[in-house]
Amino acid sequence: MAATTYLKLDGIRKRFGAFEALKGIALDAVAGELMVFLGPSGCGKTTLLRIIAGLETQDAGTIVQGGRDVSRQPAVRRDYGIVFQSYALFPNLTIADNVAYGLVNRREGREKIRGRVRELLALVGLPDAGGKYPSQMSGGQQQRVALARALAPAPGLLLLDEPLSALDALERVRLRGEIRALQQRLGVTTIMVTHDQEEALSMADRIVVMNQGRIEQVGTPREIYETPATPFAADFVGKVNVLPAVVGQGGTCRVGGMALSIARADLPSGTAVKLYLRPEDIALSINGTTALNTLPAKVAKIEFLGAFCMVGVALDLPDTPGLTINLPRQAVADARLAPGSMVSVSLPPAALRILG
Amino acid sequence: MATLATLPPAAPAIQREHHWQERLAQGLLVASCAALALFLFAPLFMILVKSVQDKDGAFVGLLQFQQYFETPALRQSIGNTLMVAAIVTGITVPLAFLYAYALTRSCMPWRGFFRVLALTPILAPSLLSAISFIQWFGTQGLLKGLLGGASIYGPLGIVMSSVYATFPHALMIVLTALLLADGRLYEAAESLRTPTWRKFLTITLPGAKYGLVSAAMVVFSYTVSDFGIPKVIGGNFNVLALDIFKQVIGQQNFNKGAVVSLILLAPVFVAFIVDWIMQGRLQSQFSSRAVPYAPRPSPWFDGAMLAFCTIVVLLLLAVLGMAIYTSFIKLWPYDKSFSLRHYTFGLIDAGVISSFFNSVKMAALSALFGTMFIFGTAYLLEKTTGMRGLRALIRLLAAIPMGVPGMVLGLGYILFFNHPDNPINGLYHTMTILVLSTVVHYYTSSHLTAVTALKALDNEFEAVSASLKVPFYKTFFRVTVPVCLPAILDIGRYLFVNAMVTISAVVFLYAPQTQLASVAILNLDDAGEIGAAAAMATLIVGASTLVCVVYAAVTRLLLTRTQAWRRPSAAG
Repeated sequence: MAATTYLKLDGIRKRFGAFEALKGIALDAVAGELMVFLGPSGCGKTTLLRIIAGLETQDAGTIVQGGRDVSRQPAVRRDYGIVFQSYALFPNLTIADNVAYGLVNRREGREKIRGRVRELLALVGLPDAGGKYPSQMSGGQQQRVALARALAPAPGLLLLDEPLSALDALERVRLRGEIRALQQRLGVTTIMVTHDQEEALSMADRIVVMNQGRIEQVGTPREIYETPATPFAADFVGKVNVLPAVVGQGGTCRVGGMALSIARADLPSGTAVKLYLRPEDIALSINGTTALNTLPAKVAKIEFLGAFCMVGVALDLPDTPGLTINLPRQAVADARLAPGSMVSVSLPPAALRILG
Repeated sequence: MATLATLPPAAPAIQREHHWQERLAQGLLVASCAALALFLFAPLFMILVKSVQDKDGAFVGLLQFQQYFETPALRQSIGNTLMVAAIVTGITVPLAFLYAYALTRSCMPWRGFFRVLALTPILAPSLLSAISFIQWFGTQGLLKGLLGGASIYGPLGIVMSSVYATFPHALMIVLTALLLADGRLYEAAESLRTPTWRKFLTITLPGAKYGLVSAAMVVFSYTVSDFGIPKVIGGNFNVLALDIFKQVIGQQNFNKGAVVSLILLAPVFVAFIVDWIMQGRLQSQFSSRAVPYAPRPSPWFDGAMLAFCTIVVLLLLAVLGMAIYTSFIKLWPYDKSFSLRHYTFGLIDAGVISSFFNSVKMAALSALFGTMFIFGTAYLLEKTTGMRGLRALIRLLAAIPMGVPGMVLGLGYILFFNHPDNPINGLYHTMTILVLSTVVHYYTSSHLTAVTALKALDNEFEAVSASLKVPFYKTFFRVTVPVCLPAILDIGRYLFVNAMVTISAVVFLYAPQTQLASVAILNLDDAGEIGAAAAMATLIVGASTLVCVVYAAVTRLLLTRTQAWRRPSAAG
């Protein structure tokens, strides 16, 4: 796929009174990709989406969409469809009229509009819903209709503002798969805002991790998870263990006086750093092991979470916090782990990352 | 200074291009604001100006206020007004609370029926109650003996009539407060074995307290502002509203009238501010997850409540009934045979009937244009963007009318529109100015109804329309208006009914050919034609009732026809 830029943001700033919502955002979205803005509430992700839509005006910065500078254009003159968390379906219009809402205005023939509505309702899996009213449908169905309505005029850009947040857990998982499949089929450039990391990881081509009005990292879900660029990105996406350490000689680090091998040797000796480590990257054994970076530990608690268990262990090192380890349910049972069990934990050098 | 360096450069903010649709919305909003400034702010401002000028227009500072306070008779009016208003508040609010309590916390039968009957005084001009009390307790009164020699003409009559007129207003507010109570609190209290009296003191009263204060303020303001009741039944008992009338109509002293207006405005405006704060707290107290309280049958309590409500309703009906009865008999109390002569001879032959049709016309025009203007302005205010300063100004202007007594507004209208230098002074004495003053007078409540309905709509309708390239006005007519139609009809009914009964503002503004029914009652009563006055009052009640019945029928039909989308079905 030729990676042509469809949407280009540069130097976007926005301030609400004393609160700086966006502190200079630069970002390119590739044509046909699904880009997710991920971050905690108040990070500026929704504001950025609304600026792209022309529903808010940035204080500074430019927006170029499909080669056209739309920075100063009102919403009516931009080319996008939008879906909100609240669905925002018109309650007094039927599903068919809702979907046709943007088509009627284009003075197309009635027959053509009817055909397009049928096509779209079939696309979102609601071929027979045309005569119903929004209040007669479930939340998930309403959101599918909202999607059909947004896609009806075939916009160049699809904006999704927390589209799944109002749905229950099952519906949420089902619909995120559907939206993703639909988006790939139509190849429409899409930007979605969410605070749900699982949603972001499962749907996005690329994730934009945002925090306090800035971009922390842009990357594929895998990149974000495996090689987080900042402590915030590491902590917000997935769970992470943090160990305070001091850099030693030749690719080592000292944690609580104990030397550990790390994968990089470019840091000056004596620097205080923090090591970041995913819970599932830690190996645990009860009979001792010869693996690198093995430390003695004692199981403090075991939290049963269904498919896997979260095992909290205490390290026998001064000034060192405990670790959280994710283990499959079966592994915990086989090892007969219980609070108080003495174990060894191995921290693979490649998984130990130094950030910030 | 290091912090300054880290701030982004204060570049001039990006100016977005404006689409003509946005320009249109903003232009309409400016027009609305200009209209409110012209028909609300300017007249009130004229009162301030006149109060510090003498008759020849020379600035005299506070001299007129000084003169006012040096006149014992006028000074006495302040005390009289406040005393009467305090007594009325002290009677009406507890009465309304107990009645609302019976409607919401007991299982007595016919609660819907009791609720509707208790609201009937709203349909009548305040003058009706005064006429009725004269018939019951006046010189020729049936129950005159009950007063033990005291005269109904004076504070006693004013208090009784005002209690009747203010009861439904207080009831509606207290009822809302009690209905908002969260049933879960009572369940929690019950699980903790809380005795009934303690539940009342710790849950019911605190929950209703903002509503009670708000009701008290409304009753107080109504009584202070009303001029019809003291005019008819007050005898020689002077109150502020009557003083304005006497200064302006009797002595043509507009400047002195302006001074009294400002003095009348003071307590009403204070009450209004308190009410505003209480309403805000009442709203914020309401949790959207509250579970309505469901009372359980309790024979003794329900029986007592039923007895109380029956007595109240019988008293209310006795007042309304006496006025209607008076209109249909020959001559109270000498010849009680049925007759239509008050209608045929007293109204039609005397040529007064035209004022009834004037009233109907004025009410219909107020309802039509008032609703359009008020709802349209509220829509532009809530659902379009840009011009934040102007929006704040319109919100402020929309809130003011509730704190301004009708007499004050009416006087402001004379001063402003009858001014020889005013280019639109041709409006004076026309039907248009009566409609304008009525719409402005009842603006606040209608505006709040519209805003509440609009706030209940999804905030993103306009954003979705813009993304689909549909002009905002199209969405307004296709979605906003149909969805808000119940609220729009409610505003229309409210304006119609109030326009039928209003007297305080319009009493200064009518011309012989635009005389209104309520004013006609006043004049007929002045001329001793109490039967014809009662007949006119009955006609007003009839017209208002008819409109309310039509409103109820249309609303019901509308809700059935749109049930498919208004009532969520099982899915959802």
